Amino acid sequence: MAQESTKPKLKLAIYWGAACGGCCVSVLDTHEKLLDIVAAADLVFWPIAMDIKYKDVENMPDKSIDLTLFNGAVRNSENKHLAQLLRQKSKILVAYGSCAYMGGIPGLANFFSRNEIFKRAYEETESTLNPDKTIPLHSFKVKEGILEIPEMFNDVFPLNQIVDVDYYIPGCPPQSERLLEVFSAIVSGIGLPPAGSVVGANDKTNCDECKRKKSDKKQIKRFYRPWEIQDDKETCFIEQGVICMGPATRGGCGVRCVEGNSPCRGCYGPPPGATDPGAKMMAAIGTMIAADKPEEIDEIIETIVDPAGLFYRFSLPGSILGRKIL
Amino acid sequence: MNFRPTIVAFLCNWCAYTGADLAGTSRLHYAPNVRIIRIMCSGRIEPTFILKAFKEGADGVLVCGCHPGDCHYQEGNYKCLRRFKLLEKFVSQMGIEKERLKLEWISASEGKQFAELINEMTKTILQLGPGKVNKTLEFEHFKTK
Repeated sequence: MAQESTKPKLKLAIYWGAACGGCCVSVLDTHEKLLDIVAAADLVFWPIAMDIKYKDVENMPDKSIDLTLFNGAVRNSENKHLAQLLRQKSKILVAYGSCAYMGGIPGLANFFSRNEIFKRAYEETESTLNPDKTIPLHSFKVKEGILEIPEMFNDVFPLNQIVDVDYYIPGCPPQSERLLEVFSAIVSGIGLPPAGSVVGANDKTNCDECKRKKSDKKQIKRFYRPWEIQDDKETCFIEQGVICMGPATRGGCGVRCVEGNSPCRGCYGPPPGATDPGAKMMAAIGTMIAADKPEEIDEIIETIVDPAGLFYRFSLPGSILGRKIL
Repeated sequence: MNFRPTIVAFLCNWCAYTGADLAGTSRLHYAPNVRIIRIMCSGRIEPTFILKAFKEGADGVLVCGCHPGDCHYQEGNYKCLRRFKLLEKFVSQMGIEKERLKLEWISASEGKQFAELINEMTKTILQLGPGKVNKTLEFEHFKTK
């Protein structure tokens, strides 16, 4: 191209799939640094902040977007279309945040089928009055023509089950400082790990970074939910009987939840070498149960009310099983 | 087509594997549906192994270790039992029938019991039908690699 000598500005796109919007807000949480981002890059597509249509993206040349931050899981045909479209238009596609990385909170829908969810949401919820049992249809014929809305899938997918992903930035939402580090690495092209890596996080578990007092021998006689016990604010949560996802969670967030006296919930996903954070957590917690007799073990496990939901809070679709077997 | 179940069995080196070996050297006949993986101790079993076995098509998973008190490494089998109980609760939440996952203690002298165990488990799984773990997601949405 003619203007090869003057370095063109980067083109940046941010899109949300099945997400709460918190990831987009975390980009704004860079505060005045956002101006630096805008100085280095043109935002070409960002539905939360810009008025731009999908067909404008479709008209962009392939690989013309330098960096796309895709947050949110893939839940319906619209998410899937945009995931495929942005993959085609982007040089680097980043799964940004827990939902795009492993399914996140929307991924908990994989404990149910689409029909169960529709029944609950449109018929059974206490505030719903729907005697005709009307549920959203994918397409509906009216006299003006056919109306269509995106089709909701039976399953929630993390981004990498739909398209190839170059990098993963975990977190719910990712820490904004980490985004800046990753962004400057991409702008400069220096210090980028091989494609497929998790960036914006480190290689240790949260326990390695946690400052709470820990002993070697963890013996648990009963599990407590966080509200059932008075936290002493200095001893390891697990030693107090409160399940903390620290042992099976990648560090990088600065252990913020524990610093705020709340157990880790596992939004940063599994540490390197582990594929399934929940299975890792069951391995860790299981051995700490202080009983030898099967009945006593059962009694202690009884105090973990919902192991599947607790251990896979942010990672069900990206885990080994992926969803509840129906 | 006739359904032939696949059972993945993790056997500890010191008791259960030796027990299975004894079943073989004693020329006992038992169902050919079991795929044995030898591990040093049942305490080595991680939930990941079992979930992965299911994901890759196992219709049942069996874990065998030494009887309580007999572990070669003192208490590996107790560790296994605790993890297993927790995993059992998780697996039933995930909609996998509890009969598909079994933990049994087999000593080195229990070749006969091992053969009976395999026969019995094969029979149960034949009645349950094929495992559904790897058929449950809407695969048509997955990217073609």
